[in-house]
Amino acid sequence: MEKIDTCGMSCPQPVLMTKNALDNNPNGVDIIVDNNTAKGNVERFLKHSGYSISVKQREDIFIIEARK
Amino acid sequence: MGEKKKIIFAGGIIGIISVLLVYFGNPANMGFCIACFLRDIAGSIGLHRAAVVQYIRPEVIGLVLGAFLISFKNKEFESKGGSSPFIRFMLGIVVMIGALIFLGCPLRMVLRLGGGDLNAIFGIAGFVCGIFIGVYFLNKGFNLKRNYKMTKIEGHIFPIVNIGFLILLVAAPAFIFFSESGPGSLRAPIIISLVAGLIVGILAQKTRLCMVGGTRDMILFRDKYLLLGFISILVFNFITNLIFRYFNLGFENQPVAHTEWLWNFLGMVIVGWGSVLLGGCPLRQLILSGEGNIDSVISVMGMLVGAGIVHNFGLASSPEGVTFNGKIAAIICFVFIGIVSYANSEGLSHVKSNNLAKKQS
Repeated sequence: MEKIDTCGMSCPQPVLMTKNALDNNPNGVDIIVDNNTAKGNVERFLKHSGYSISVKQREDIFIIEARK
Repeated sequence: MGEKKKIIFAGGIIGIISVLLVYFGNPANMGFCIACFLRDIAGSIGLHRAAVVQYIRPEVIGLVLGAFLISFKNKEFESKGGSSPFIRFMLGIVVMIGALIFLGCPLRMVLRLGGGDLNAIFGIAGFVCGIFIGVYFLNKGFNLKRNYKMTKIEGHIFPIVNIGFLILLVAAPAFIFFSESGPGSLRAPIIISLVAGLIVGILAQKTRLCMVGGTRDMILFRDKYLLLGFISILVFNFITNLIFRYFNLGFENQPVAHTEWLWNFLGMVIVGWGSVLLGGCPLRQLILSGEGNIDSVISVMGMLVGAGIVHNFGLASSPEGVTFNGKIAAIICFVFIGIVSYANSEGLSHVKSNNLAKKQS
């Protein structure tokens, strides 16, 4: 599955990167985020776009798996 | 409470508190104004000598410390920075110039409209226009590159500096300037301003409220979450102004405002565009500064220095209108922000380098 790393990027880059990645991979992507704000924003975007999500936490990063 | 209800609630409280601050002594339609308040602080520490706008605004201290405390409690405080620091500093100056040509940050723009100042409509039109321009570059790949983790102490320094401001405010040594007339002399009691700042700082940190983010996310993602906060501030501020009989509809003789519609518009184009590039409005920059975000601290420093420049160079508008120097400065801001937008948009600069590569091959 396509994986994108948004660590260190400020608002609204994580969502924008997610959107661009989904345009190329409509079935789903894994998104790595490193803060709660980005996590919330990306999750909200994915829900609105009709994706189901599951989140794994690894130390100080989150991996959001988005699937159609 | 659901996410949407929370930000509507937060916006409502901010709209109401803003009127209460005016009731307790702040300038009219200026319960909060991040640009004006940073400008007042710049004056009080002598970065400019405009005698009517000098005061260490406790609201700013409260916003930073409120965001610091709540982010620390929720384990969201994190020292990070290093994302195009000097561009951010310069954009801070640019945003301040735009805001002081219009006479208000995006938050005060909404509060002005909530108080009946129709000049703010031109500001909002310009603001939305500026956001559209910023979003165009975002879609072309604009970014300021990533940030990095910093040492723990780095993120703590700005909140500590704000405690220093509080001590200076209370101790009032001779080298700190406090206005005796004009907007800088109009202020709610320290404790009320400080508590108001703390409450709004906590609410804004929790909800990620951002005046520029609302319109930006609506255009980019059709996401109305942040826009709900923006609208809620306006609606509750309007209603509370009506209740307090502060509502005064019209263009003429509005408090700390001028009627030059073109410059109200252009000033806020600069603020909207610049804020999109910075990733958030001046309020959001202050909140992030409290959370350990050094990139935002740098932006706030840019705004502080920018305020000094604006008044020392005679760029700031007044109720009499816009200055000639202010108009020149606005044009320079547009050129600068245009270059920064283009140079940092990977889509645009990639096209260029690809063409170069083709030519060379």
